[in-house]
Amino acid sequence: MPRGPRQLDGHEVARLLSAAVPGAVTVATDEWVEIQPGRVVDVMRWLHDDAEMDAAQLSNLCGVDRYDHFEIVYHLQSLDQNHQIVVKARLTDHEAASVQSCFPVYTGALLQEREVYDLMGIHFDGHPDLRRMFLWEGYPAFPLRKDFLQIVDHHPGLPHFPFETGKQER
Amino acid sequence: MTTQHGLDLHSAASIGHDLAPLDLDEELRKNILLTSVDDVMNWARASSLWPAMFGLACCAIEMIATAASRYDIARFGSEVFRASPRQADLMIVAGTVTWKMAPAVRRVYMQMAEPKWVISMGGCAIMGGPFAYAYSVLPGVNLVCPVDVYVPGCPPRPESLLQGLMMLQDKIKQHGVEAGGRMRPEPDGDFSRYLPAGDPLRAELESLFPPYPGLTDPNRLIGGYPRHGQT
Ligand code: SF4
Repeated sequence: MPRGPRQLDGHEVARLLSAAVPGAVTVATDEWVEIQPGRVVDVMRWLHDDAEMDAAQLSNLCGVDRYDHFEIVYHLQSLDQNHQIVVKARLTDHEAASVQSCFPVYTGALLQEREVYDLMGIHFDGHPDLRRMFLWEGYPAFPLRKDFLQIVDHHPGLPHFPFETGKQER
Repeated sequence: MTTQHGLDLHSAASIGHDLAPLDLDEELRKNILLTSVDDVMNWARASSLWPAMFGLACCAIEMIATAASRYDIARFGSEVFRASPRQADLMIVAGTVTWKMAPAVRRVYMQMAEPKWVISMGGCAIMGGPFAYAYSVLPGVNLVCPVDVYVPGCPPRPESLLQGLMMLQDKIKQHGVEAGGRMRPEPDGDFSRYLPAGDPLRAELESLFPPYPGLTDPNRLIGGYPRHGQT
């Protein structure tokens, strides 16, 4: 019976990680490890190279808007040992959020980081080609931010269709 | 006289001589058709509509199913999906047209040679579909090219697309070739309701509508670049 990857205990990962990369871990829970946004490359490289962690694959990278800060969530997977590690980075600056790019370790992060930049406006330091991906250069906002619809004078999409009645013209 | 392959030339050549006048009338009635140029041209155009091969989203899968063996669009003469718009008569806009894709759709439409027709397939191409109010989706492909037949659905079943194709064929058969004009609204190229002024994408889209920029360029016909030795 094939099973999905088993998720590693965050406390255990944090213990090993603090020994290998001192000062990188800030919080650890049962599910995830939270790290400093400036230490991403160090942490990822250790997780990738360590024989026990063996995080060969970056299976997901996404951004989360928590209203006052951003989170970048990394799902790392070991294909040989069939386990999964969840790592988060907390970006406290909501206006000019930036985090180290993990492109030096995982080449596959190239497009995923571009996507997070495109939709949430998070800057990835060290990314070789940080351009808009789904939207076009010159698009005025970042649509997956929670405050997207509150931007003054920015009206994306249609307010309503011409035949729809009872809705206000913007 | 018999050839070396056994064909009797004498009797083959003498068929015409043996026909009685009554038979000749009968032969003419069976073999000669009187019609108008309009009808012949429209029949030819409607019976071999070659679609441009491009699909934008999930509707494209249904368009592919229509072209495959089970639904078999070849029954209607449209099986030749052309990879170049210059060889196509019909553009089936199958799927979500995002704003970023809109200039490309407009270019494909402009590169097709007249006479050309457009089928807007699926809710997305008609008015944005499930993404109608979104920031990234063009609310209807009729903003970038005139549409002849709308096929609603999300996605439309292959039968619906075939029905749309048959409606388009009926429409083509009613055109006067000489009159040339077809009743369909041309988009006006005004995107001010959707995109802010100064938006690069809006500028690109507007450059694809008349008056076209660059028409006054003296080097227009040679790609916009002066020849060697000229300024
Ligand atoms: S109309 Fe529906 S099926 Fe067609 S492209 Fe849009 S979402 Fe997909």
